[in-house]
Amino acid sequence: MPPVRAPKGKLETAKKGTLKRLLKILFKNYKFQLIFSAICIVLYSLGNIASSVFMSVVTNTLESATTGRISPTQAWSSMITTLIVIGIIYIIGMASAYGYNYTMSVTSQRFLNTLRKQMFNHMESLPIKYFDTHPRGDIMSLYTNDIDTIRQLVSQAIPTAFQAGFTVIGAIAAMLLFSPILTVLVIIGSMAMFMNAKTMGGKSAKYFVKQQIATGKVEGNIEESIKGLKVIKVFSHEEKSIEDFDKINDQLCKDSTSANEASNILAPINGNIGNILYVILIVVGVLFIIQGWEINPGLQLVIGDTFSVSYGIGKITYSIIFFFLIACRTFSNNVNNFTQQITFITMGQAGASRIFDLLDEQSETDSGYVTLVNVIKHEDGSLEETSERTRTYAWKHPHKADGTITYTELKGDIVIDDVDFGYNQDQLVLHNVSIYAHPGQRIAFVGATGAGKTTITNLINRFYDIADGKIRYDGININKIKKDDLRRSLGIVLQDTNLFTGTVMENIRYGRLDATDEEVYEAAKIANAYDFITRLPEGFNTMLSGDGANLSQGQRQLLSIARAAVADAPVMILDEATSSIDTRTEKLVQKGMDMLMKGRTVFVIAHRLSTVQDSEAIMVLDHGRIIERGTHQDLINKKGVYYQLYTGAFELE
Amino acid sequence: MKKDIALILKSVREYKIYAIFTPIFMIVESAIECLMPLFMSRLLGVVDEGNTIALANGISLAEAIDTNKLILFICLMVGGAILSLAAGILGGIFAARASTGMAKNLRMDLYKKVQSFSFSNIDKFSASSLVTRMTTDISTVQMAFQMTIRMVVRAPLMMIFSVIFAFVAGGQMAWIFIGLIPVIALGFIIIMILAMPTFRRVFKRYDAMNESVEENVSGIRVVKSYVREEYEKEKFKTASDNIAKEFIKAERIVVWTNPILNFAIHASNVLICAIGSYLIIGAIGQDNSPLTIPQLSALQTYGVQILMSLMFVSMIFVMLIMALEAIKRISEVLKEEPTILNPENPIMEVSDGSINFDHVSFKYSLEAEKNALEGLNITIKSGEFVGIIGSTGSGKTSLVNLISRLYDVSEGNVIVGGHNVKDYDLITLRDAVSVVLQKNVLFSGTIADNLRWGNLHATDEEILKAAKTAQADEFVQTFPKKYDTYIEQGGSNVSGGQKQRLCIARALLKQPKILVLDDSTSAVDTKTDKLIRESLRKDIPNTTKIVIAQRISSIEDADKIIVMENGKINQIGTHAELLKSNKIYQEVYNTQVRKGGN
Repeated sequence: MPPVRAPKGKLETAKKGTLKRLLKILFKNYKFQLIFSAICIVLYSLGNIASSVFMSVVTNTLESATTGRISPTQAWSSMITTLIVIGIIYIIGMASAYGYNYTMSVTSQRFLNTLRKQMFNHMESLPIKYFDTHPRGDIMSLYTNDIDTIRQLVSQAIPTAFQAGFTVIGAIAAMLLFSPILTVLVIIGSMAMFMNAKTMGGKSAKYFVKQQIATGKVEGNIEESIKGLKVIKVFSHEEKSIEDFDKINDQLCKDSTSANEASNILAPINGNIGNILYVILIVVGVLFIIQGWEINPGLQLVIGDTFSVSYGIGKITYSIIFFFLIACRTFSNNVNNFTQQITFITMGQAGASRIFDLLDEQSETDSGYVTLVNVIKHEDGSLEETSERTRTYAWKHPHKADGTITYTELKGDIVIDDVDFGYNQDQLVLHNVSIYAHPGQRIAFVGATGAGKTTITNLINRFYDIADGKIRYDGININKIKKDDLRRSLGIVLQDTNLFTGTVMENIRYGRLDATDEEVYEAAKIANAYDFITRLPEGFNTMLSGDGANLSQGQRQLLSIARAAVADAPVMILDEATSSIDTRTEKLVQKGMDMLMKGRTVFVIAHRLSTVQDSEAIMVLDHGRIIERGTHQDLINKKGVYYQLYTGAFELE
Repeated sequence: MKKDIALILKSVREYKIYAIFTPIFMIVESAIECLMPLFMSRLLGVVDEGNTIALANGISLAEAIDTNKLILFICLMVGGAILSLAAGILGGIFAARASTGMAKNLRMDLYKKVQSFSFSNIDKFSASSLVTRMTTDISTVQMAFQMTIRMVVRAPLMMIFSVIFAFVAGGQMAWIFIGLIPVIALGFIIIMILAMPTFRRVFKRYDAMNESVEENVSGIRVVKSYVREEYEKEKFKTASDNIAKEFIKAERIVVWTNPILNFAIHASNVLICAIGSYLIIGAIGQDNSPLTIPQLSALQTYGVQILMSLMFVSMIFVMLIMALEAIKRISEVLKEEPTILNPENPIMEVSDGSINFDHVSFKYSLEAEKNALEGLNITIKSGEFVGIIGSTGSGKTSLVNLISRLYDVSEGNVIVGGHNVKDYDLITLRDAVSVVLQKNVLFSGTIADNLRWGNLHATDEEILKAAKTAQADEFVQTFPKKYDTYIEQGGSNVSGGQKQRLCIARALLKQPKILVLDDSTSAVDTKTDKLIRESLRKDIPNTTKIVIAQRISSIEDADKIIVMENGKINQIGTHAELLKSNKIYQEVYNTQVRKGGN
């Protein structure tokens, strides 16, 4: 049995046409399975109705036998025939029930699997902007809650609604055939059930939304107070926190009580409407029998020597009442079933709508055609492309006009020419920024948070795009370079380390997947991480989980430096890469990095001025403008902002 | 396990009445639901009887029928429906109140428990696991509780009632059900036993996939920088395929539920019809028929009811098993005893800010092999300014945490103001010893709200004074709303240095006898750092100040400096003394002065 779970996902309205789009995709890919399931469902529903019809044949036969209209032998033989027919109908019904349940659950799992992969693959192709503008939790819930609502929709709600709907229609048709008068009663009863479902369902949905809001508040409070628990303890603030929590906890209780009340009483009300309907059917039916009114148009089952059916005006008989009672039960069960699916369908649509939003996001565009290749540099200075790793790289530049290919050696000469840039159109983050980084130089950015340091690096590796020709890499407009190759040429170490689930070895090797174990050890040594790694319980094979939660921030930074070291990219960007490492270790790391980066260009963003002092050029940024530039000595002599920072007269943040 | 459940049930408290009445209403509802087919069968029996009499005596049905009986059963049915409606609604409402109420109490109990935790308790549970226990796990328990009080009584009762009434209505025929029930139950149990481990595996696989997504969402810059999109896609594909594979395996088992249930209902129907018809037809012409047609129809109805309730019982079973894990996790927290408690007859006043460490050793847990601190002897006079320096992991933070009894010593004594810290009332002690933690947290609320953590009744003047001492007033004044500026969750809208200064101001408002700054000015520039130290000296001269710092400049003018190494005191002395004789101190000094430019 599938685990019972509360409906998840937010109860918001979906975009129009979402359900249609979802069904279209489903139908396109699983045509055969869907048609097969539909046939099974129809068979199953018909079987349900047919079995209640034949059950009334049973009672009819018995009635005829007890009242002496037919002989016991006749009755018995007719009974056996009927039971065999019923048995066959049941077997068909069960087979089709199994058929559609199986097909739909397997199909929906396959569909979800495809959808998940499609989502993930598309997500990987999205520009950084998407991730910068969407809360992490929202993206995560696409893969969990929203996918789950679609699972419920496809594997349960749609088949059940279809089956229930079909059974209801079929039951009405069958009932009409036997007695339109009694059918009217049943329809009126079912209307009442629908009305109830609508009002109660609506009420409960309203409170469920409220409950969701209250839950959000409670969770926010819990998160905050648990993360800050030590501060609470230090300030003996326990009583006050409990008091605050009490209030929002009460509100949550109130809202969820209302929501649960409304949804809990839906079923008993509908169930008893069904019961009352039952009574009314019996009373009216009995009244007809007692009065012997012959005004009921419908099928007349005559059990005589042969079993015959004719249509005409006749009496309401026992068997008709029996049939109605059974049909009424089937009917109200299915009406209930159908109404229950409405919530799931609404939620599934909302989930699908959000998933489609992701799939409709524009992928990162790339029209670059210049690629990065390994080359052998001959003595005459000519370059020869090779598939081996030579640690000498060149830009392979095919020229469309004449079909020739030129190779430009990668030197790490980066020119940023008068760049203005804003993440939004109405707010510029960088103004007239120009930087000339010559091969082998170390360029440092210094400035307060939000001054635009990281933005510059975002432009160099094309996390964000700017106009043509503003940034040139070894003389090539970076928009012409294939993004993947551009990024491969840049080694980046960020302040947020982001390790991945896997061993330490795998995490370092992330920088270059074909690195040998020795190369990984070497990189770890460069990053000064080798010592602490070998002291971990299983050395390089220690599993890291949950973003390396079992390591200190400083250790994680060392690992991410090792990762960059193994990647061995020709140009490096270090964005606060050593901020959590103490000054002594930092010095050791820097020595290793210097060795590695000999003759290569490095961009350094650092909070500690000691980290940037040795740079060939230091850019002091303020509000997106470069306000000072020069070597450490130049800037000290200048006695400007840098000097003030250096002497501690100014705060960096 | 029993104990865990009992522990959680304690949280029902004032909602007990709802929790008790819910099953009672449910009993009423299910009893009526079971009576209904009986009434119906009797009602039709009355008509049937009349019919027989009418045929035998050649009178009309209207004359032959027992009208009183007819009306009686109609009334019984209508009355039953109304009663069942009332019971159903009340049961629904009571169940909602009981379960949401118990969830509320349980959340509160957990919250209070967690608030009573000492630092070592807190270290034992990770923050995210505590959050999960208080949110997801509690909702699981709430749902299971509601299901239990509504269904645990109802479903088995329905089954029992239905069987009883099936015997009442159908006589010996009801044995068919007795024969069928174990077969079906066995079928369901087999399905569950087979499916449960598979579902558990599915959930595990889900965790793995979520981790992969989470890592990619938060680490997208790394993924893109190293051009690892294809690699990540491949990883995700494996994770996703695994889920699909396991899920399909589980579904393959579970889809048998429907056919088995259907088979049972149908088989019982056919059997009842066959045997029933045989009995009825065989009895034609005899006076006493063992079975009537209405009885037959009642039997069919009971059959469906019995089997449906059987399915419910097995579903509840599954749910409870699922909930058990959540219950276990919650009770783990509830059972955790705070390791630091108030002493009996506590001392309610700390006389001065003197501190004495007497042969103090400390380890974080009993199982830990190494002591975090070993054999510390320190004497600090009231009002002194003490600096502590040492590399990461040398025990600086552990040392200061013992002063306000955030942890208890393993050996030796910590004496504050002439008394052992264990003899003080905890609130008194912590009010007197104000600690600014290394991992600073501001809470969502205004700046003033945050500062008032130090003293709930602080006046605006007091706040201003503390902020000035901590050098925070200057930047607060530049905010448009000044002290009413709203701090976002996690303090994300102030810079690191500003946050640190606000945290110092918050600690100052306590007017402590001892102030501990644990690396609390690391993001503050050296000039402001110096100003803070100067104003601390000036504004709170009688308060003992203990400062842990990375920068020598932050502590060089201290009365004494403690150099820590590997949990032991390497040397205690003034800046000048240490510079002369202490190797570690010299080394740190040299790297900082040469590179940092202080």
